[in-house]
Amino acid sequence: MSAMQSPQTLAEKVWNAHVVRRGEGEGEARQPDLIYIDLHLLHEVTSPQAFEGLRLAGRPLRRPDLTIATEDHNTPTLDIDKPIADLTSRTQIHTLRDNCKEFGVRLHSLGDKEQGIVHVVGPQLGLTQPGMTVVCGDSHTSTHGAFGALAFGIGTSEVEHVMATQSLSLKPFKTMAINVEGTLKPGVTAKDIILAVIAKIGTGGGQGYVLEYRGSAIRSLSMDARMTICNMSIEAGARAGMIAPDETTFEYVKGRPHAPEGEDWDAAVADWKQLHTDEGARFDAEVFLNADELEPFVTWGTNPGQGVSLSENVPTPEDFEDENDRKACERALTYMGLEGGTPMKDIRVDTVFLGSCTNSRMEDLRAAAQVIKGKEKDPNVRMIVVPGSARVRLEAEAEGLDQIFKDFGAEWRFAGCSMCLGMNPDQLAEGERCASTSNRNFEGRQGKGGRTHLVSPLVAAATAIRGTLSSPSDLVNAPVSV
Amino acid sequence: MEKIVSHTGIGVPLRQSNVDTDQIIPAVYLKRITRTGFEDALFAGWRRDENFILNQEPFNTGSVLVAGPDFGTGSSREHAVWALKDYGFKAVISSRFADIFRGNSGKQGLVAAEVAQSDIELIWKELENNPGTTVTVDLESRTVHCGSISAPFQIDDYTRWRLMEGLDDIGLTLQHEEDITAYEAKRPAHKPRTLPARTAG
Ligand code: SF4
Repeated sequence: MSAMQSPQTLAEKVWNAHVVRRGEGEGEARQPDLIYIDLHLLHEVTSPQAFEGLRLAGRPLRRPDLTIATEDHNTPTLDIDKPIADLTSRTQIHTLRDNCKEFGVRLHSLGDKEQGIVHVVGPQLGLTQPGMTVVCGDSHTSTHGAFGALAFGIGTSEVEHVMATQSLSLKPFKTMAINVEGTLKPGVTAKDIILAVIAKIGTGGGQGYVLEYRGSAIRSLSMDARMTICNMSIEAGARAGMIAPDETTFEYVKGRPHAPEGEDWDAAVADWKQLHTDEGARFDAEVFLNADELEPFVTWGTNPGQGVSLSENVPTPEDFEDENDRKACERALTYMGLEGGTPMKDIRVDTVFLGSCTNSRMEDLRAAAQVIKGKEKDPNVRMIVVPGSARVRLEAEAEGLDQIFKDFGAEWRFAGCSMCLGMNPDQLAEGERCASTSNRNFEGRQGKGGRTHLVSPLVAAATAIRGTLSSPSDLVNAPVSV
Repeated sequence: MEKIVSHTGIGVPLRQSNVDTDQIIPAVYLKRITRTGFEDALFAGWRRDENFILNQEPFNTGSVLVAGPDFGTGSSREHAVWALKDYGFKAVISSRFADIFRGNSGKQGLVAAEVAQSDIELIWKELENNPGTTVTVDLESRTVHCGSISAPFQIDDYTRWRLMEGLDDIGLTLQHEEDITAYEAKRPAHKPRTLPARTAG
């Protein structure tokens, strides 16, 4: 990079470092750039048709050594040593296994110690590193942006494109700074930040943008928490979310199985230290949020932008000026079986789901375990805990977290996407209400007719105790610091 | 890929904003491993309601979907585009599309035409008052026509060119394979590889 270069944002730096070929033309008419992809993650749902396309065209997989697959979306979380009962799920899993074998792709299958949700596995193996381009046929690929990687979800034909060429034709994204300054109150977490961001800019507000989360509140977050934030960038409509790498990031990557070693490590860190938005760089849009004012945030409706602070009430359609918003509110209230004006804290749930690529890492499990430890679960609530990966499950067991969950009466499951999308047997029944640490509260997402409230792990835990949407501060003898 | 320069077919008014891909095709249908045959999956949840627009004649034979803003949000599943195409849709009109959905559409030969919401309101009225009215989506002139309504639409030049030429993406990129190889030669040595596999043991 020459000293004369104009200041760049983090996203622009990563983009520019991956341009294989600039698109021809200027301005609006400019064709897409060809961008190199450093890491391609695969799972059983969006890959079979891509492999099929490759085979039909007689094309090889260009870089098996930059590709990795895991089974996650419809793997069972119980009895994982038995054959998968659902025939189509089983076919998908077996198709992935056959394809990986045929094309020489590394695969972590059900039962393997490194199996798990694709967005938990990549970082955990140290394969996700700052400054990389990471893609996967899954919209929550934005998770990996927590490392200062440019990471985004792609469709199946793009999956096939990356398989064949290790690159993608892309138009440059716009950039949006999400500035979060201040200090979070106890009991307020990364999940609350991102839910508040989405409620503020709307489910379409990030469209066409790469979001860069900045500011003191972001800097102070752990990697697990940063992943939670970047994970949900897509729920604001954004293509990706990023956080500039810093010592926290380097510390996390160091020593992981695929982290650079020796001289490579030094060279890598020297590169990574350049990965921040330059002084004076211009964003296409900016948003400001005060962390001091944030409270635990929960959704009441059927898209992730329909959220309020836990201390507030369910809105009424009249609260919205825009006609479309009003209609959306009406429809959501009907689906959710809620009445406008009801205090959020009066909403009783049937199920609590702790899991998904948003909140299923060690820090999430620890936070929830700390709240429930020694407490009693509301007998009418079932709680399901699904670690993000087999490795997380093992680590949690080594710390005794599984015992805390079991003593509490929660179900301790094997790793996978599980109730986040209900492709495996973990589903909500019609009308069942769930406090879920996942990322989508769409109609039917967790099972046909199921009703989802998106919450943080702390709120999930407190809700399992009280039976109604709650935060740890609502508990008698609230833990002093969580 | 089939070339599309202009398409005319029965318009289907879908007065709904934020139609996410979970509604277009519920997750249970994603278990299939083929590339075709998703017509039954399209809007499967909504189609259980007999009043749903696609359960009414002549809309059930429509090929141009006219939807509210923020169409195709949510999951990146390309199956959403396959389901729309398998059902018989050639074009979707909305005032705003989710990025991934728009990208997927272009690659599969489904036209995603961005039309101002005020024009969409007019088209909705026309289609509701005169069911069976056709909508023409003309890529050449970037306009949609419906009854007496003519409205411009937005689509980026590159996608439009590819749709009109019926060009396959991978073939286009592989014309530049030398550039890819040259790029690979200068990638930093510290970038990780998945193989040979290393694990924490
Ligand atoms: S946990 Fe949920 S959001 Fe994450 S990858 Fe799995 S299905 Fe997608």
